[in-house]
Amino acid sequence: MNGTQQVLAGRPAAANWPRRPAWRVGLRRREAAWAIAFLVPYAGVFLAFAAYPIVYALWMGSKLSLYAALLDDPLYLTTAANTLLFAGLGVNLMMFLALLLSGFFMRRRWWIKALLVVYVVPWALAEVQSFTSIHWILISEMGLVNRLLEELFGIEGPMWFGNRWLSLGCNIASYIWKWMPFWTLIFMAGRMSIPQELNDAAAIDGATGPRCFVHITVPLLANLYLVCTLLATLWAIGDFNTAYFVSSGAPVKSTEVLATLGYRYTLEGIKPDLGVAAMMSVIPLLVPIVIMLLRQLQTREVQL
Amino acid sequence: VSVAAAVPDAAGGLARRRAKQRWWLVEAGSAVLGLVLLIWSLIPIYNMFLIALDPDEGEIEFTGHIYPPEPSLDAFWVVLSQGDRYLADFWQQFGNSLYIGVATMLLTVLIGSLASFAVRRMRLGGGSLVTAAALLTYAIPAGFLIIPFYRIMHDYGLSDSLWAVIAAQVTFATPVAILILRHYANLIPLELDDAARVDGASNLQLYLRIYLPLIAPALAVIAVWALVLAWNDYLYQAVLLTSPSKTTVSMMQGDLFEDPDAAWNAMMAAVTIYALVPLAVLFALRRYLAAALTMATAKG
Repeated sequence: MNGTQQVLAGRPAAANWPRRPAWRVGLRRREAAWAIAFLVPYAGVFLAFAAYPIVYALWMGSKLSLYAALLDDPLYLTTAANTLLFAGLGVNLMMFLALLLSGFFMRRRWWIKALLVVYVVPWALAEVQSFTSIHWILISEMGLVNRLLEELFGIEGPMWFGNRWLSLGCNIASYIWKWMPFWTLIFMAGRMSIPQELNDAAAIDGATGPRCFVHITVPLLANLYLVCTLLATLWAIGDFNTAYFVSSGAPVKSTEVLATLGYRYTLEGIKPDLGVAAMMSVIPLLVPIVIMLLRQLQTREVQL
Repeated sequence: VSVAAAVPDAAGGLARRRAKQRWWLVEAGSAVLGLVLLIWSLIPIYNMFLIALDPDEGEIEFTGHIYPPEPSLDAFWVVLSQGDRYLADFWQQFGNSLYIGVATMLLTVLIGSLASFAVRRMRLGGGSLVTAAALLTYAIPAGFLIIPFYRIMHDYGLSDSLWAVIAAQVTFATPVAILILRHYANLIPLELDDAARVDGASNLQLYLRIYLPLIAPALAVIAVWALVLAWNDYLYQAVLLTSPSKTTVSMMQGDLFEDPDAAWNAMMAAVTIYALVPLAVLFALRRYLAAALTMATAKG
């Protein structure tokens, strides 16, 4: 087998390619024209509504003096730290819990199946409305959570939005409440594609739950887990709704994230240029994530 | 019974007792975890109903009741009859939200399926280029692109148009659609296409008659994904839409968020009605969604 054939054999799609005689090349060219026609809608959307805004954003944020002004702005530093904490801590906690819970929901019990339906509902609910409800649950001593704490356990609950760390914790918890079900479903799909024989073989060798998890589930899902975590991190860094509707920056703008700060600066007309610069300042962090994702997706098929 | 025989018997009994103990421990642990998850998932939803069932505005959220003392459906009637200043145009707003959601859903499914068909089924190659483009879309998060988007929509003549929001939502929904379809398109044997081609089927017929029906479960997943994305959005609607006739439910909710004197019971009733749409779609597509899960695992 020569080199080309080996390469071809490694690609499942190409391996199925029937050998075409030379006279069919013309037909292939026509086929390529069709394929390109099928791709045009996506290419159009990408160029007009993704590539152009991205280039435009880079151009808007290209004035370097803006970044010096940003560093002088104490609100920016707090906000950047909040964003990193929200995405770094929130996403990793969420993904790890989702991985564990996907195992729980794989158990074959009727009540666990029923529970899964309830558990997925937060994902299907609209974000603004759910977060408004969470805001009201937490906001005062009359909020549902503090009332429940007092009625059931006699504890006086804290002022959730009175303290920066508690407030950030509420934002993270709300984000997890909304998005963990989605990732749990993805990991369930990943777990289902693990052949049952592997677990059976491990069980014969005397491996119990935790050891099966460490030696079978974790290695086989590692790639999917990495891709999902990177993607979730990208989305969480740009998240607007949680900080805007759950804590809405309280106390005293100490829990804003870059998306909400940029929004307030730009659209409430305070410092428009600075708003764009604040958002663009995370690009050095985003680019490596995108490159890692690209490499991960290119080298291996990810089961979604 | 000899001593020699009794010893292994006792050991077996001990092992069995241990196994039984473990079984009980796991079951009890599951039950506790299940209860915690149930409470965790339901509290914000319970709060919506609690306030929505309040006969008068401000009764529950400011008095600290943990159950509705006199549950009433008045608030739902206020929504249906648009009897509150915030809700005066509720059904129009609902219509706008629905328009955005459904258009996003259909366009994402259409564009995503066409692109994946070209790349995966027509052996165009360049699949990695499409994946790269898809990921590049997320290189700068949607929340950060709103300002350039606002300016660009003006250039395109789409300011204050529902289609500006739809364009944004489709842009951010299609990359995930393509990543998902990339996987599913490979699960259908290419021989099917070849057989149809031999019978003289055109590319369009292949797409419509073979590809779309076989990939329907994955398309259902994408449809739900796109709808939920559009349903969650506040930022793009709030920035890109300005005139009162273009207002959506999310925007109205955002205005209200700032106003402590709003009729919260009617609001929460509106929220529950709004929330029913994605749930109804999930329910309607449940067979396809289950099939998608089985299909994903078929590869093994």
